[in-house]
Amino acid sequence: MTTNDKIRLGIALEGAGWHPSAWREPSSRPRELFSPAYWTDLVRLADRGHIDFATIEDSFGLQSSRPFEPDDRTDEVRGRLDALLLAARLAPVTERIGLIPTVTTTHTEPFHVSKAVATLDYASLGRAGWQPKVSGRADEARHVGRRDIPEIVDYNNDPAVQAVVAELFAEAADVVEVVRRLWDSWEDGAEIRDVATDRFLDADKLHTIDFASERFSIRGPSITPRPPQGQPVVAALAHAELPYRFAATSADLVFVTPLDVASAASILDQVRDAEASVAREGEPLRVYADIVVFLDGEEPAAARLARLDGLGRPLTSDTRIFTGSAGELAEEIEALAALGYSGVRLRPGVLTDDLPRIVEDLVPALRHREALAVEDAPVSLRTRLGLPTTVPNRYSPALAG
Amino acid sequence: MTTTPRKQIILAAYVGGVNEHTLWEHPEAGSQIAFDTFRHVAQTAERGRFDYFFLAEGLALRERAGKVFDHDIAGRPDTLPVLAALAGVTEHIGLVGTLNATFNEPYELARQLLSLDHLSGGRAGWNVVTSWDAFTGQNFRRGGFLPREERYSRAEEFVRTVRELWDSWADDAIVADKTTGEFLADASAGAFSHTGAQFDIEGRFTVPRSPQGQPIIVQAGVSPQGRDFAAANSDLIFSPYSRLPEARDFYVDIKSRARAHGRNPDHLKIIPGAGFVIGDSVADAEEKARHILEQQLTDRTVQVTLEQVWNRDLSDYDIDGPLPDVDPDPEAAPIIQGRAFIYQDRFETVRKWRELADAKNLTIRGLAAEISPRAQFIGTPAQVADGLDDFIQNDGADGVVLGGHFTPGGLDEFVDTVVPILQERGSLRTDYSGTTLRDNLGIPVPERVGELAATA
Ligand SMILES: Cc1cc2nc3c(=O)[nH]c(=O)nc-3n(C[C@H](O)[C@H](O)[C@H](O)COP(=O)(O)O)c2cc1C
Repeated sequence: MTTNDKIRLGIALEGAGWHPSAWREPSSRPRELFSPAYWTDLVRLADRGHIDFATIEDSFGLQSSRPFEPDDRTDEVRGRLDALLLAARLAPVTERIGLIPTVTTTHTEPFHVSKAVATLDYASLGRAGWQPKVSGRADEARHVGRRDIPEIVDYNNDPAVQAVVAELFAEAADVVEVVRRLWDSWEDGAEIRDVATDRFLDADKLHTIDFASERFSIRGPSITPRPPQGQPVVAALAHAELPYRFAATSADLVFVTPLDVASAASILDQVRDAEASVAREGEPLRVYADIVVFLDGEEPAAARLARLDGLGRPLTSDTRIFTGSAGELAEEIEALAALGYSGVRLRPGVLTDDLPRIVEDLVPALRHREALAVEDAPVSLRTRLGLPTTVPNRYSPALAG
Repeated sequence: MTTTPRKQIILAAYVGGVNEHTLWEHPEAGSQIAFDTFRHVAQTAERGRFDYFFLAEGLALRERAGKVFDHDIAGRPDTLPVLAALAGVTEHIGLVGTLNATFNEPYELARQLLSLDHLSGGRAGWNVVTSWDAFTGQNFRRGGFLPREERYSRAEEFVRTVRELWDSWADDAIVADKTTGEFLADASAGAFSHTGAQFDIEGRFTVPRSPQGQPIIVQAGVSPQGRDFAAANSDLIFSPYSRLPEARDFYVDIKSRARAHGRNPDHLKIIPGAGFVIGDSVADAEEKARHILEQQLTDRTVQVTLEQVWNRDLSDYDIDGPLPDVDPDPEAAPIIQGRAFIYQDRFETVRKWRELADAKNLTIRGLAAEISPRAQFIGTPAQVADGLDDFIQNDGADGVVLGGHFTPGGLDEFVDTVVPILQERGSLRTDYSGTTLRDNLGIPVPERVGELAATA
């Protein structure tokens, strides 16, 4: 295998873990979910443990047991910190791991998002990414108060709702496009500091982006110079054709949710179809499979999951829930790689239990099989993910022709 | 015999990235974007027991006649992520960011600021600014939508709404009892509802109560409206007055406005920006100050300083000659765009400048030198310490925001030489008194809106 064929590992951070009762495990630190110590402990562990990147979940609404509306449960973790700021807090205290916070595209100003992710890239010395996420929830729209989004009751059978969602994804594509153009709005080397001519900048290397769509127009340039990676990594979670097309249009990576090897193969086909249908140019979309993970420890993983399920709301998931040994998981991951997956994003069932096992058991198992792309020196996230590191700037004369 | 205890000087450190005062030409000048620059200044200030680290904001690059200024420092990182990253490499110092009330929404900003407060263990602050212009608005989805007169009504309601959100979780909302399975005390955590002229929002806020009750609110702006806004809403004022007696007039005015709003005036601190130049002797320091000013006032900086008032292309006028003989042109499209300070009356400003130039026989360059904000505290370390201490003890202000004239090392000399003298005099603490920014500033936590409502 060449380095590019090798597997990359991401970790998806969410509260105490992806099981609704994860916070009740002896190892969990539920009172510290809002303290930086909890997050730095976990992410430094992943950083030292050869995990390539960490994504951080976020939304403008409280966590809920229902997909499109809030609930009033009091027995599960509720409340979270802003993911981008959490990533920024982690940046100077980690060395290698990529940091990919979620930021919604529905209610935000793309200008703010662009400079925030660029700044995360500066603070992390080139390890920043962004997971743009559509917010389809009516309650989140009411938090902001600038637009109405109807309650989504029956997506599959209601064309009006489908139209709203399609519009939200089209808008998300606009937002990513604006953010990417703003990243390019300063050419590299625009800062010249030429004392002789009293010029700090070469003004010809700064560009308005003059983006205009039916939704909004943005002028630019950014107030923040082009970030170290040029284009920080954009990753999107997708479950269906519409979001596959959004990812194919806008992202570098896509996180998908296969339930087994068969669906993993067909999802990969659908992603490639989506790329063709939007006529994607340049690098192919890198595809990562999401897996919820419970690894065997003193207590077998399946027993642990069953016990947690008995505590409150049982875990349900949009993607594969794995229980078993690190060796078995390594085999599954290799099978996904053989299909053409770039890697996996692991969602630990209980962060304080399963992340240490991923680092201590799974990573060595994959390394033993020489399946893992190993990058021990601090490098940019693009390098780590095998993405091209010289990213052409759309505004540089060479490209503009 | 009784002696009044010395007022403790509040110190803030400012990284002035984008302006004509910070010398990029300085041989030791570093990047104004690299994170190490911010780390250096914040850690130096923390070593000097400063209260907070401060960042300004500008949401569009400055332009002259439609082209980006090329002669001043331009380009800066985003305020909130820089402060969050600094929280990881500092322990005590407050982290205060300038964030605009016009180009943000309360829910999003409240959540970002309160997240910063958690991530820093209670050290966050917000400098509320009200820039509103259509030029900046072109960078935003919503555009330049706000009439100038409305910016403080929006800011006022914005701050009130943000505070309601910050108060929407009770102190003991999170139980997290593993045995009983009770995470929240009840399902009302974060519930809010606000209906007003500017905002109509409701739902549940995602960030629990802050480690310091609420982040600190700072205001910058000096119009009567701005002063009233500050007297009613803020914990700190970032003022432009750093010289007696105008500084004392402002001080007296603000503290009496605070009293009129039923507040303890000691809980509203006034902190102007100020500059310093340190030398081995007075003559050495003055020579340094003269040289710095010369470097700051390049021909183009001088030209632009006048152009932003005249609103005309003045490139044909000799910088070393008399002031332009034409009137300002208020009707033309703005020649200078993207400055935070907007001259309210161009004709009045020009009249005053002509008067000054006549009285002192000044050229254009001479006038620019005269009106440009110069270092107030110039001299040996002992003289700088004296000057600053006298200014504070005489109620010119409660503290100062200091920026070195180059980045990032410009503050080092102050911390190494002046700070120990101030500490020896008893005007500056030798260690932090508490863990939060509020503790260190001596500003109490405001009562929780929710509690007030519940007991009413
Ligand atoms: C000391 C000081 C610092 C300021 N800093 C900023 C800033 O960093 N960003 C900004 O957009 N506006 C800044 N402003 C502008 C104010 O927010 C406000 O728009 C301006 O002062 C006009 O308000 P006023 O009429 O009350 O004076 C600053 C104002 C003052 C006095």
